[in-house]
Amino acid sequence: RQLLLSTSTFDYATYHSLDEIYAFMDLLVAENPNLVSKLEIGRSTENRPLYVLKFSRGGTNRPAVWIDTGIHSREWVTQASGVWFAKKIVLDHENDEGLASVLDKMDIFLEIVTNPDGFVFTHTQNRMWRKTRSRHSGSLCVGVDPNRNWDAGFGGPGASGNPCSETYHGPYANSEPEVKAIVDFVKNHGNIKAFVSIHSYSQLLLYPYGYTSTPVPDQKELHQISEKAVAALSSLYGTSYKYGSIITTIYQASGGTIDWTYNQGIKYSFTFELRDTGRYGFLLPAKQIVPTAEETWLALKVIMQHALDHLY
Amino acid sequence: DIDGVGQKYHLELVLEDLLDKDSTVNCTAEVLYHLGNNIPPDVQFTIEGELKNAEEADNIFYNRIKSLEKELVAENIPDSHGNVSPEMEPVHLLAWVASGYVIWQNSTENTKFQLAQIKHVKQVKRSDEYLEFDYTILLHEMVSQEIIPWQMTVLWHPQHGVQVTQ
Repeated sequence: RQLLLSTSTFDYATYHSLDEIYAFMDLLVAENPNLVSKLEIGRSTENRPLYVLKFSRGGTNRPAVWIDTGIHSREWVTQASGVWFAKKIVLDHENDEGLASVLDKMDIFLEIVTNPDGFVFTHTQNRMWRKTRSRHSGSLCVGVDPNRNWDAGFGGPGASGNPCSETYHGPYANSEPEVKAIVDFVKNHGNIKAFVSIHSYSQLLLYPYGYTSTPVPDQKELHQISEKAVAALSSLYGTSYKYGSIITTIYQASGGTIDWTYNQGIKYSFTFELRDTGRYGFLLPAKQIVPTAEETWLALKVIMQHALDHLY
Repeated sequence: DIDGVGQKYHLELVLEDLLDKDSTVNCTAEVLYHLGNNIPPDVQFTIEGELKNAEEADNIFYNRIKSLEKELVAENIPDSHGNVSPEMEPVHLLAWVASGYVIWQNSTENTKFQLAQIKHVKQVKRSDEYLEFDYTILLHEMVSQEIIPWQMTVLWHPQHGVQVTQ
């Protein structure tokens, strides 16, 4: 592999290893020290650093947008899109009116590889690995589903108590350091206004709840934002998305990320399921990375703009 | 809801040619899921119009495989990066069709299967006119999120169609 010297020569249209993505992050910070910084919010089970990029024009503890990709390690188009988003923010932060207005008042936090242990495992051992790589006593099976490990309806229907299952919720909420790191960050920050967790595949835009069929109080507003965001997404390449609450649109799922963030008071909590709808599934051809990232970015901008215009 | 029998769904759908997105065909179908989920659902369908003729491509593939000196063997289709080589594309499509049968036979109202990957495929030479492939595939079940390996033996002939033995 060649040594990466600049984010301008980085190949955004291919899938990269963890080391390559971490090198990209450092370069991006070095090239844009006034806008971008890198935070370590914790360590994974296998002691890998958990990095978050912070995009900020200044201020102290500004209201913020959080975006994470790669919480499920096999969903490779998400980490690849995260890398693209990082570069896009840097490229557009002055000349794109919408993005500039967001960064004028808000910070953006981006965790590109939310599950680094799983990600490395998908490169070295099993491309279809989803969970973390933790071992909890009494089981031969490894890993917890990080999207069932949050303290929202934890352990209820929509997650499995079987450690060998892909949706194993773990021994207790926040047992996974990858999850705990984000929980601590969100609580300590205290001023996050929009939270977006990105998955693949299915082409969906989802809002809470997953653990219960009780609609969230802000259902109407979240539905309207989703409609607008999906329209923006589709406008680029005609990719069609469905949207709605998790439980009505996909399935019942307990202990999920955005159920917890919503219950923390982060009203604009959304989950994306990116391309495709099953033809390639997790093995999305690399040539679709950039189109996927481009269209998703338009939807993200709608969400960020709405949060900016409706700060609470 | 049919008392004592199961749940029947009436569907109107559009079939889209994988290889030519502008080519679509309307379809209506009825799916009956039986109570107890122990037998595969009944499916009836009607297609409005004709499916595209793939005879030429079928024959090219058929003749290519028939004339191979060594049996075809391949792994990981698509690969980790989603790549499928042009030579493997028909092998991939054949798996897609055959897995459709496997999925149908194993579906309930609470499952949603997709073909995730061909882990391994091996051609088995036959003395008759059929092509035979032994596939190990991975199915992705959406609700449980499980990846399920499955073995299937697929027989194919351009004029006689696809047959799957599990």
